[in-house]
Order: sequence, then C-alpha cells, then structure tokens
Amino acid sequence: MRVNFTVNGRKQEADDVWEGESLLYVLRERLGLPGSKNACEQGECGSCTVRLDGVPVCSCLVAAGQVEGREVVTVEGLAEFAKQRAEHGGCATGACGTSLQDAQLGVPPGEAWGRAAKGQDSHTGEGTELSPVQQAFIDAGAVQCGFCTPGLLVAADEMLEHNPNPTDADIREALSGNLCRCTGYEKIMDAVRLAAARQGEAV
Amino acid sequence: MDFLRPASWEEALAAKAEHPTAVPIAGGTDVMVEINFDHRRPEYLLDLNRIGDLYEWEVGEDSVRLGASVPYSKIMESLRAELPGLALASHTVASPQIRNRGGVGGNLGTASPAGDAHPALLAAGAEVEVESVRGSRRIPIDEFYTGVKRNALAADELIKSVHIEKADGPQQYSKVGTRNAMVIAVCAFGLALHPETRSVRTGIGSAAPTPVRAKAAEEFLNAALEEGGFWDSGKIITPSVAKQFAQLCSGACNPIDDVRGTASYRRHAVGVMARRTLTWTWESYRGARRTTEGAA
Repeated sequence: MRVNFTVNGRKQEADDVWEGESLLYVLRERLGLPGSKNACEQGECGSCTVRLDGVPVCSCLVAAGQVEGREVVTVEGLAEFAKQRAEHGGCATGACGTSLQDAQLGVPPGEAWGRAAKGQDSHTGEGTELSPVQQAFIDAGAVQCGFCTPGLLVAADEMLEHNPNPTDADIREALSGNLCRCTGYEKIMDAVRLAAARQGEAV
Repeated sequence: MDFLRPASWEEALAAKAEHPTAVPIAGGTDVMVEINFDHRRPEYLLDLNRIGDLYEWEVGEDSVRLGASVPYSKIMESLRAELPGLALASHTVASPQIRNRGGVGGNLGTASPAGDAHPALLAAGAEVEVESVRGSRRIPIDEFYTGVKRNALAADELIKSVHIEKADGPQQYSKVGTRNAMVIAVCAFGLALHPETRSVRTGIGSAAPTPVRAKAAEEFLNAALEEGGFWDSGKIITPSVAKQFAQLCSGACNPIDDVRGTASYRRHAVGVMARRTLTWTWESYRGARRTTEGAA
C-alpha cells in the first residue's frame, strides 16, 4: 500500500509498504532516515521515539498505515523543529495551533519548515545547527555508544517544551521509557538539566 | 494482509461484520509487538485511529463515558478527580511513549490478566459498551473477562467505550514490579471505598487466569465496617479486620508460577497490597470526614 505523510516538515510518499510494517521501518528503510533506532521492536527501549502529531511515541509500535496524513518529527528534524518552536513561541508542528504569523501569511502548518537556510536540510538534519538538547548532550558527555541517544533527545526535547523547569523526578519520569545500556544515566540527567538551564537563560 | 482504514465508527462496524477475523488496532502497543515478532499474521488489520469518537470522554452525573482509545496520558491528566483509581493505574502503564498511545479499550480487547486498567475498573464498577452492526450492548465488567486473554466480545463486535462509575470515595491502586516504569505487573490490586453505598470493591490483577474481584473479602469487610459502625465513627480500622481482609484477598487469587514471580509470592503480595490500600483509602476517608465536620 501507499502511505502519504509529513516527515520533518516535508511531504513524503512511501510505496509498496507492507500492511504490517511499522512506522520505524518506513522511516529507516524506505525514507532513508536511520536516526530513529531499531532495537527492541516492542516499545520497551524507546530508541525509536519520534513525535507523531507532536506526541512522543515508539515508532516501532505505530503501524505505517496509521500515519496516513499525519505529521512525524524524527531526531533528524529535531534541530529545525526546536528552531521553529523558538521562533514561533511554543509549537513547531502546527499541532498545537498555527502561529499567528503563519496564519496571516497563509502558511499551512508544517510548511514553515521549508524556510531553513540554504545548504541545510531540515529533512535529514544535515548542515543544520544542533538543537539546545543535542548540544547539551554533547557538552555533558551524555553520549556513549549513541544508540539510545536519538530517542532520549526526542523525549527530553518534548519534556522541556511543556516543562521548562523540570525536577530530577520529572526528568526521570519523562525518560523512563528510554533505556541506555551503557549506564550513562547520570550524564543524561546532567545533559537535560543543562539544556533546561540554558533554555531558562535564553528567555 | 489487508489494512482496513474506516473513517467512521459505522464504517468500522461494517468492516468488522464483513471480516470478523480482522484484528482491531488502536495504540498498537500489543498488536504491533505480535506482528513485529511474527507471532501473529492477521489477515486484516482494522485501524481505529481515524475514529475521533473513540478519543473522547464525557463526564456525566454518576459515571464517565470513556472512549476506548482515550490514551492513558489523558486519563492521568484529565480524569484524576472522577476516576482516581484508574488514573493511578494509568500512571503505572509502561512509559510516557506507551501511555500516549495505549488506552483502556486495548487493555479490554487484549484481556490479559496483567492489564493495568482491570483492577481499577473492577474496583470502581464499570460497564463495557460494545457494538456491532446488530446493535449495541453494555457488558458489566464482572462478566467481561471470560478466560486467559479472552473476553465476552462476539466476533463482529468492537469496544466503543467504558462507562465507569465516578468515585464517591477514596480509591487506590498498587502494583508490584521490579521498577517503576516499563514493567508488566507481577500482580496488582485496586481498591475503592464507596461511602454512598457503604461498600468496598476490589480488583486483583495478574494473580488469576482473569482479573478478579475478591468478593469474599469485600463481603467480610462490608459486614465488619457496618457492624463496627466504622462508616459513621470514622475510627481506625481494627488491625485484626485489616488482616482478615488481606488474607481473604490472598485467598481470592489463583496464580501461577512464571518468569515474573511465583504463585506463593503473588498470593502474599496481594495480601500486603490489600492491607496497604485499605489503610491508605481509609485514612483519606477519615481525613475527608474531619474536613467536612470542621467546615460545618
């Protein structure tokens, strides 16, 4: 079957999709977006976490056919997503309402993504500046083998979107669906605290 | 495999009537695992994501009509006052990612004895609204679970919503697992005080072939609270009464040994959770009484 949906602000059409296929498989194997990782395939590890209409979900548990007409943000689009959010105050997908400016300009939700600067690709994330959460993970040394990192970034970014001043308990709960086998949780905590602190300074 | 994408509830019912073997998929948190691991190759997948009605809830005078697909995260956020037991149970479901997708309809459809919502539904009192092209009916929650991963649904029926009685008193939920997130219950226990009818209801998860109520324990406690005048006096429940209640709850279990725990551990743990949740809810009840009296 064919599935039409939006990934990182760009309309996508996936063909010859098997009916039992997961969104994760479509992203990785059909759309060339291997950022979301395939590990447990049962929703235990969170390494495939993406935003589906703004909501963090395990893409391995979403049937491809279920995303028809919907918006997905993967770790590849996280930097641009965070940038749009910062510029438009709150939400980058349009899932929580089109920004006033876009509404006035007649820009449909998601189209704002196309405004990335030349030489950058909001779809694959190449050439774009890192999002604050991504930079914080690097600065705090929160990445070891890196396999869990994309899921953690998407989950952490989403938490900071609606909870800019998280307690440690908030962070632990928000990331409770993401497993790290390198036992790097302390530095991951540091990274999220750092991202939150920087976000606070920026405001 | 065919992927059926009904755009409305009526279309979904028609599709289910035409293909009774079709497997409904909403949050996908059970169905996709089975497909990913090649444990199941249904002929038809029936996607319910496009049916908006299933994501809505309505707070009525006595009960809440909870759409089958309302995700656990929404129950936690929006229905904590009306359905405290279910909100607590929802919070123990897996992880934020899973709670954003999964809902009570899926728990009921899968009917695993370990489903987190079941003890809370049994304790609160609920009816499952199911429908087919032949018509709709409401199945009392006590009659819904018919065996291990079996429920009272006919092949052409779909779960539309659950009607759950609004809390008229304190409710609690307790679950045993190896960590606070991402665990299937070793066993679980739900308890609801119903001061309006002066009764107590329970629900036990993962300690019998189906979710069950500890009916003998409820009857014992109802009688003991009535005879001792506890509802009026609000005095502390006698330890011997709590102990007997806990023992009867253990006795209501019919568990197995498996990778998550032994049968005897489950029996023991259910007794401990029964005593604790009784203490917690009764303390809230007494606290609420004191507040009311103080204000009067």
